[in-house]
Amino acid sequence: MPSPQTPFVALIPIPPAPPPHGERGVFGWLRANLFCGPLNIALTLVCVLLILLAVPPMIKFLLLDAVWSGSDRNACLARPERPVVGACWAFVAERINFFVYGFYPIEERWRVDLFFAALAFGIGWLTWLDAPRRGLGMLYFFAVLPVISFVLLYGAPRLGLPIVETAKWGGILVTVVVAAVGIVVALPIGILLALGRRSSMPAVRLLSVIYIEFVRGVPLITVLFMASVMLPLFLPEVWSPDKLLRALIGVAMFSAAYLAEVVRAGLQATPRGQYEAAVALGLGYWKTMYLVILPQALKITIPNLVNSAIGLFKDTTLVFVVGIFDLLKTVEASRIDPKWATPVTSLTGYAFVGLFYFVGCYVMSRYARYVEARLARGEQR
Amino acid sequence: MTGADNARAEFLKPAPLRTAVAVEMIDVNKWFGSFHVLRNIHLKVMGGERIVICGPSGSGKSTLIRCINGLEEHQRGRIIVDGVELTGDVKKIEEIRRDVGMVFQQFNLFPHLTVLENLTLAPIWVRRMPRRRAEEIARHYLQRVKIPEQADKYPAQLSGGQQQRVAIARALCMNPKIMLFDEPTSALDPEMVKEVLDVMIELARDGMTMIVVSHEMGFARQVADRMVFMDEGQIIEVNTPEAFFSNPQHERTRLFLSQILH
Repeated sequence: MPSPQTPFVALIPIPPAPPPHGERGVFGWLRANLFCGPLNIALTLVCVLLILLAVPPMIKFLLLDAVWSGSDRNACLARPERPVVGACWAFVAERINFFVYGFYPIEERWRVDLFFAALAFGIGWLTWLDAPRRGLGMLYFFAVLPVISFVLLYGAPRLGLPIVETAKWGGILVTVVVAAVGIVVALPIGILLALGRRSSMPAVRLLSVIYIEFVRGVPLITVLFMASVMLPLFLPEVWSPDKLLRALIGVAMFSAAYLAEVVRAGLQATPRGQYEAAVALGLGYWKTMYLVILPQALKITIPNLVNSAIGLFKDTTLVFVVGIFDLLKTVEASRIDPKWATPVTSLTGYAFVGLFYFVGCYVMSRYARYVEARLARGEQR
Repeated sequence: MTGADNARAEFLKPAPLRTAVAVEMIDVNKWFGSFHVLRNIHLKVMGGERIVICGPSGSGKSTLIRCINGLEEHQRGRIIVDGVELTGDVKKIEEIRRDVGMVFQQFNLFPHLTVLENLTLAPIWVRRMPRRRAEEIARHYLQRVKIPEQADKYPAQLSGGQQQRVAIARALCMNPKIMLFDEPTSALDPEMVKEVLDVMIELARDGMTMIVVSHEMGFARQVADRMVFMDEGQIIEVNTPEAFFSNPQHERTRLFLSQILH
């Protein structure tokens, strides 16, 4: 046994060896992650039990016992040869156009489809981080898209697009419009509020703080009631904006306050040296913000922005309290239709709404995770 | 003529100053809260002069040079940069910042932009230079700081020494009259200090007016026209490098030098 003082020189290089047996493969993984220690085993068993309790009945109801076609309630009623009836997808299939477009005139619905396509294009451009000309994408999303959308959806008689009153809009269209306005209009306002809150001018700072804290201290439903009931009292009759617009203003005001706080966190996380380097080069305040600070701050803010978008997307259902026909409301109206009155109609309708929101939110959530992982890898761009 | 001479002949010369005095600080005082960080600072830097400021940490040397381009506001006294007095006027401050380049200890490159974009940002948006011309100048300065091949990389892909050289090139792209260096080598690994100092030495040879906060005494000996020693917010001693290093007058200076020159 050599003493620690003995000089040592490595003579043979040690080749890499595989890890010991039992730490690799499926069993290794199971043992390491699911069955290490009594607490872990107990938790694993409880989870398996919960999954067994919840998932098979759900699959049975939604898929196996489901009715896929039919033209009225008879298709979804229990009969002697089929005592158990699952989800009545025939009902959703028949009403799908109503769920998507509301009362939007049938011959004009291509305009809504075009709007969905234009929106999807914009979202794709902005969320794909390596997309070319993302600056142009921002311009499209925050300046061009709102104009196109308005012209398409509301109409412009001069361009041969007859006007469609917002009272006729409904379903997914309204849900998407409310959510999109809540982001597209609210984000720029939120950025300005966040900058205002960090401004060196006390008056600007105070105003921003009052606005943000006031709106954040009030439930969305209150803001919506205020926008739809009180706004008309303040404005002259001729200006009286239509019902949907009032709700949109309310949603945008509300979400701007939340986004402001999200953006502020991003601004605070951007090192002060970035600001100093930019102004030391002679860039003014706005150019510094636009060229140097915001591109960095917004990037690290994306996961939180998406989280806010998820919250807002779900909150859009609240607009039904001021009498706007969003997706949930179209389902509410359809499920009590005598033509489809069966014990499973309501359940199916709600399941459809639930799926719609779940898919939307899950996609957003996955995207946020992806961006987070990318940022964590130290992506510096 | 050697290749190096040729290369140097190509360098753009520093922009001429309007006045003979580049920077004049008259009785400048500044407080952080109740902490008196700059005390009765009088300093006159002539055009083309190289000043190296040293002193223990917390002595106010960084604050002093940050006052020159308005990153810090002074509360009493006057600062005149190339004939323009720094007041609260934002337009004046921006005018001065356009003509005064600054290099920071932490480089402060813009991480979301490529090296080339870092260099062309201010010329395009502040000097309203056409992109093509700005890129031409940027490549010229990258050549000068000896990293022309890194133009399309992002700052995070470069070593510390390369990043600091990019930062110097970025400042030079604005064709400044005066360059401020705030401990440019303090955040660098030892083996990268020399490559940055070499660039600064060449800049000094070209006649740039430079105010450098640094503890690199070899560099100071080589390029400084005058040494400024600060302690506790005060200028303790101003002298030529020879006199400063061989025969410091103030006891505090002697103590400081004995601590850093071992």
